[in-house]
Amino acid sequence: MEALLAITIGALVAAAVYLMLSGHMLRFIFGLVLISNAANLTIFTAGRMTEGAPPLIAPGANAPPEGVANALPQALVLTAIVIGFGLFAFAVTLVWRAWGTLGTIEADEMRAAEPFPEEPAPK
Amino acid sequence: MSWVLVLPLAIPFATAILAFFYRASRAGRWISVAGTALLLAASLLLFTQVFQAGVVAGQMGSWPAPFGITLVADLLSAVMVLITAIIAVAVAIYALADIDEAAEKMGYHALFNVLIAGVLGAFLTGDLFNLYVWFEVMLIASFGLLVLKGGREAIDGGIKYVALNLVSTILFLTGIGLLYGITGTLNLADLSGSVAAADPGLLTIIAMAFMVAFGVKAALFPLFFWLPASYHTPHFAVSAVFAGLLTKVGVYALIRMFTLVFDHDIGFTHQILLWVAVLTMVVGVLGAAAQGDFRKILSFHIVSQIGYMVLGLALMTPLGLVGAVFYLIHHIVVKANLFLIAGVTSRIAGSTALKQIGGLYAFAPLLAFLFVIAAFSLAGFPPLSGFWAKFLIVKAALEIEAWIVAGAALAVGLMTIYSMTKIWAAAFWSPHPDGIEPRLSHFSVAERRAYLWPIAGLAAITVAIGLAPDAFVTFSERAAAQLLDPADYIAAVLGAGGTLE
Repeated sequence: MEALLAITIGALVAAAVYLMLSGHMLRFIFGLVLISNAANLTIFTAGRMTEGAPPLIAPGANAPPEGVANALPQALVLTAIVIGFGLFAFAVTLVWRAWGTLGTIEADEMRAAEPFPEEPAPK
Repeated sequence: MSWVLVLPLAIPFATAILAFFYRASRAGRWISVAGTALLLAASLLLFTQVFQAGVVAGQMGSWPAPFGITLVADLLSAVMVLITAIIAVAVAIYALADIDEAAEKMGYHALFNVLIAGVLGAFLTGDLFNLYVWFEVMLIASFGLLVLKGGREAIDGGIKYVALNLVSTILFLTGIGLLYGITGTLNLADLSGSVAAADPGLLTIIAMAFMVAFGVKAALFPLFFWLPASYHTPHFAVSAVFAGLLTKVGVYALIRMFTLVFDHDIGFTHQILLWVAVLTMVVGVLGAAAQGDFRKILSFHIVSQIGYMVLGLALMTPLGLVGAVFYLIHHIVVKANLFLIAGVTSRIAGSTALKQIGGLYAFAPLLAFLFVIAAFSLAGFPPLSGFWAKFLIVKAALEIEAWIVAGAALAVGLMTIYSMTKIWAAAFWSPHPDGIEPRLSHFSVAERRAYLWPIAGLAAITVAIGLAPDAFVTFSERAAAQLLDPADYIAAVLGAGGTLE
């Protein structure tokens, strides 16, 4: 199971890096979504996989039985998903605004904040 | 008592909520000023307590460490909180004049206070995942502030800032997941002990993930490109608080992680940091030399100065860390002040492009005087604060006979003087190209006060550090000693024995 997840994470990261390097802001955002899910899966996997033992406490007991799944990585992943969702919503809106304001979301053409120095007039 | 730890976080959040409700009226700005003043009082309280009684720690919800979330302040955290509060007050007052009503209506004051809360949370937390959450609080507030101005430049700069910082955040998160995987804990004090049992090879790989993630935040070479792309685009008050605080959170996180947790293979990790620091100094200062805009020059100098602080950490000697702590204190004050001055310059002279301004020395001598204090301090002229900061770092490098490093640090200081004299010559000394007379009397009395008091106050701190360096060096020595031997920190968090029963 760990091997399968590790390969999935690798594939997600590879696809994400490809998308992020493509120079188009929308693809960059998609890449970001993929790589953040890869990060979430990493936390999940690194927290050890346990099959069929949910961390439930029986009525009357005050601790779960031995060998249950670790609930902490799931809490971390949940937090990361919520925060990530907010950030992506912002990022998508920003890209949309950039499309409206700059007229392009090709990274190479976005030079408003850092214009090329004026070229000297040809002699 | 843990409430002294909670106050610096609760006050800015409460201020933000209040300021948000009153954003449409003038009350919002005064709420922000009052809130930051209250924050300064709370920070002083925390600082005094840590200064007198040592490390203060508190467990949120009374869950014992390492299971709950810990807030902890050692001397470094406490002084960073204090200096953040000082900058917050200065910028809140400055914003009275600098922030227009349109930005206020969109919630500038609320975002500003959330940003401050995020920065303070990052300084005070003793839990790695909680640090990630504070980073996100800080990040989302900074995103909002950055694009608040609107317009082509701000949106373009904002995109680059957002994109690169999100990548860094994800790397940070991955690092946290892996570190938890091999140690089973997220509490920093607990991690400090638990990593001893971990495979050093794996630990080094994870350390690299953290170094890159924090390296982006701190704007280290070669990860700094988002900074000069975005810091010259927002409101001046915003770029001042960014310049003063945000990259320093990255440096703080590096110092914390690479003294407390990742000190297992100093020969490898800190050697990388050392060369990265030297390249950061050199590349930053060269980038600044090529610029012709007040704020862009200052932005590249942030990068260059970050190199000095990380150099202090990379040397990992007692004196190196003293230098890093002293440099942090000095730099936050000076850098924020320079951006505030750039704002006033732009308002009275009409631009930040050096070619289009001038005449400030003739018509605004007070501003020129305040600029000289901040600029010469940045460049390292005695007896200003920057001289002592650079002196400590260079001496630390010479002590371990790192000649090239020390030489680079000195050469970068010289280059800094070049950039500062360039600004001086173009903006202050030479006459204005359009014949405008940039006088401070163009402002109303209220505006003039709001602009000049923060600048004068920060300049006074710079001079005070410069004239009485003893007290600050002694303090930095104590802070560095705590960093090098974190026994007090660990004991404060985990209880006297340092382990659980």
